[in-house]
Amino acid sequence: MTGTTGTETVLGAPAERREGREKVTGTARYAAEYDGPARAHAWPVPATVARGRVTAVDAGPALALPGVLAVLTHENAPRLAEPDDPILAVLQNPRVPHRGWFVALVVAESLEAAREGADAVRVAYEAEPHDVTLTASHPDAYTPENANGGYPAVREHGDPDAAFAAAEVRVDVEYRVPPLHNHPMEPHASTARWDEGHLVVRTSSQGTGPVRAALAKVFELPEERITVSAEHVGGGFGSKGTPRPDVVLAAMAARHTGRTVTVAFPRRRLPAVVGHRAPTLHRLRLGAGRDGGLVSLSHEVTTHSSRIKEFVEQAAVPARVMYAAPHLRSVHRVVRLDVPTPSWMRAPGESPGMYALESAMDELAAELGVDPVELRVRNEPAADPDTGRPFSSRHLVECLREGARRFGWAARDPRPRSGAAGALLIGTGVAAATYPVMAAPSRASAWALPDGTFLVRVNATDIGTGARTVLAQVAADALGVPLDRVGIEVGSTELPAAPLAGGSSGTASWGWAVHEACARLADRLTTLPGPVPEAGLGAHADTAGQADAESRYSRHAFGAHFAEVAVDTVTGEVRVRRMLGVYAAGRILNARTARSQFVGGMTMGLGMALTEGSHLDPAFGDFAESDLASYHVPAHADVTDIEAHWLQEDDPHLNPMGSKGIGEIGIVGSAAAIGNAVHHATGIRFRELPLTPDRVLTGLLAHEAPPGTFGG
Amino acid sequence: MDSHDTGAAPAPPHSETTLRVNGEPRTLDLDHRRVLLDLLREDLGLTGAKKGCDHGQCGACTVLVDGRRVNSCLLLAVTLDGAEVTTVEGLAGHGGDPHPLQRAFLERDAFQCGYCTPGQICSAVGMLAEAAAGHPSHVTDPAAPSGEPVELVRAEIRERLSGNLCRCGAYPRIADAVEDVI
Ligand code: FES
Ligand code: FES
Repeated sequence: MTGTTGTETVLGAPAERREGREKVTGTARYAAEYDGPARAHAWPVPATVARGRVTAVDAGPALALPGVLAVLTHENAPRLAEPDDPILAVLQNPRVPHRGWFVALVVAESLEAAREGADAVRVAYEAEPHDVTLTASHPDAYTPENANGGYPAVREHGDPDAAFAAAEVRVDVEYRVPPLHNHPMEPHASTARWDEGHLVVRTSSQGTGPVRAALAKVFELPEERITVSAEHVGGGFGSKGTPRPDVVLAAMAARHTGRTVTVAFPRRRLPAVVGHRAPTLHRLRLGAGRDGGLVSLSHEVTTHSSRIKEFVEQAAVPARVMYAAPHLRSVHRVVRLDVPTPSWMRAPGESPGMYALESAMDELAAELGVDPVELRVRNEPAADPDTGRPFSSRHLVECLREGARRFGWAARDPRPRSGAAGALLIGTGVAAATYPVMAAPSRASAWALPDGTFLVRVNATDIGTGARTVLAQVAADALGVPLDRVGIEVGSTELPAAPLAGGSSGTASWGWAVHEACARLADRLTTLPGPVPEAGLGAHADTAGQADAESRYSRHAFGAHFAEVAVDTVTGEVRVRRMLGVYAAGRILNARTARSQFVGGMTMGLGMALTEGSHLDPAFGDFAESDLASYHVPAHADVTDIEAHWLQEDDPHLNPMGSKGIGEIGIVGSAAAIGNAVHHATGIRFRELPLTPDRVLTGLLAHEAPPGTFGG
Repeated sequence: MDSHDTGAAPAPPHSETTLRVNGEPRTLDLDHRRVLLDLLREDLGLTGAKKGCDHGQCGACTVLVDGRRVNSCLLLAVTLDGAEVTTVEGLAGHGGDPHPLQRAFLERDAFQCGYCTPGQICSAVGMLAEAAAGHPSHVTDPAAPSGEPVELVRAEIRERLSGNLCRCGAYPRIADAVEDVI
């Protein structure tokens, strides 16, 4: 059955966002915007040492301020059971694992009073020496068992060292990606109240189910006594994928004061407590024959994690699926430092990993004198190089070819510095993209109502992807009814349980269950003897065992990114003139919202390439760039021309919709395409992001006048 | 550590202030520390204005004061006695019809999470008026006659909206939406 919008099928149609009107008129409510009776506000107090212990807290000056209701510290805050995620064990003991860890929370009648109160709390510490500096040769570096995502930390095939040593052409290079911050526009926030032993929470999260599970664990409550909802979420990009301290603090403060309490983190506090992309140090060794065929590929990554949690950015993982190299090694090492705990940021692993791998491939292409598109085509594997499984679908070559055609790649003069225009150097670059296909079990229910409409219920979360809209499309398609007859409810733990919006798997997971429920309902309707009963007719689905079943296929989305840059030789500024992405991501379920996701990912890739970078200050142990004035996310003026296209890809081995995830692949490889374009423009290889004017100008000057000659 | 005796602490300095918000006079007894953004969100329930940074760094809180766009997180409300404030909730025309820019944002899918959106829309409304009044921007041709309306080519739109960050990366669609109403 195929639903219709009148002229076209529902699935894939560019349906308008269901919540769009609320968003453009300002009536969409986010977590901090629920005013309960007598709501109080809370403001956190961050630790000002990078490692040590709180020895005393003097709350007196804060409590003396008008409007301050309470000061929570490790001495008086409600006791929590041990959480699965140690970052949630807030105000439980005097340990300070990193600077910015919260040591107190001030609850007050107004935002102003809470903020002034937080400034007035006096905290004394016993500081200990700290170390926040990651180096590849750090003595504490170790190889973990697994990297994030459950990937084995080490995979090796053949003898990569010997094959590399014997290779005709060798590239042995190191790349660095700094810490990066998610910075969704809505800071993390939660509003909580206790209603006769029932905890009611509004939170800004990518998944209310995991939030409820975490709250149940720490407050030792059955899940039925907790309701968590997230109707609208102002972006997450991974940082809201796991429960964050705001929700625990709000629930604690509400319990302690008996009030409805909102905790909205100040922007500057986010980098320390909501996760970050850990810095990654990459060593790439590519050995190839003169024909460009890789014989050895080795990608070794060193990254950091905090003292309280091992989180290992899986940056060497994409090297396992990209190219046919008989001798293949991918290794992760990690150093535990006195740093904030890293976590997911859009395409964890793939994003920094493909920056390094795709930059190194460009270096190899230059070394060989082979076109970088052709080099990738020549190394296209017949099956997954790591597992040996067949790809369910791949089409990387088609993405590269289609992108090259649309971008006008054929007209490119491959010589570096061939595109000078006055003080500007113009260059173009290419890089490939990949992202794994994931799905998790979900439940959903579908109801036929006597008035001829339908209602679909599933605890999906719409963090800006357009989940409501696309799930309604999936439902209309499975029911064979027009889209406007389908209503949808998402964003609350009162709905059938569903996984979070993360790993580009939300739509696949929720859509699978919605499809099943609707297909079942359609069946029931065909055998229904009379009209739909007054109470409606329902059908339920649970995809456990289905969505998480092992596949005999290697399943990934692929893509190709092309970029044109202009490098100003006077200022060192790099401007991206145009970017173009072509994706093979299965069936695209909503052309309008999909384009927005691809373009959004590419824009974040542009930021990663040119403007975004954070540093851990060795003396203070803190992120030096913690607000939006110092951590530069791309602005309007940075984004000129970005195009996203996709292939019609038909893959029967995915899910009933035939879709792959699209939320993350746009950031994968886009920074490499820009970096490769900068090399083409300047003839200089910059191997550390971001490509800010200071770095680029220094490189340009050294190129013009090598050390020892500059200034005569 | 609770404050049992809040009555003892003197109330923070406060003053009665009257503003017109979306056409309606509102008189409030304001804590002098209260910024316009918190007045709108906390006192009037107008949560369309968003708090992205509270520091003038993101533009999510943009509203119009006497027709000019401002970062409402940076304005002490008590200084605005007599001012005319327009928020995203006040842009709709008679009968609640969305403003043309609101419609264009919808049609162009010029947002994802929507958190920056009210600020983008208010900023664009203010920006259109500035260009019409002949205010130059960083990318305006210095030779352009002063005081004459500035033609809003794409680069002008991008430059003039650069104070409004969008982490979802809806920039090209936002510029499209603005072009649609010029
Ligand atoms: S909240 Fe006012 S500029 Fe960010
Ligand atoms: S739409 Fe999400 S920040 Fe702009």
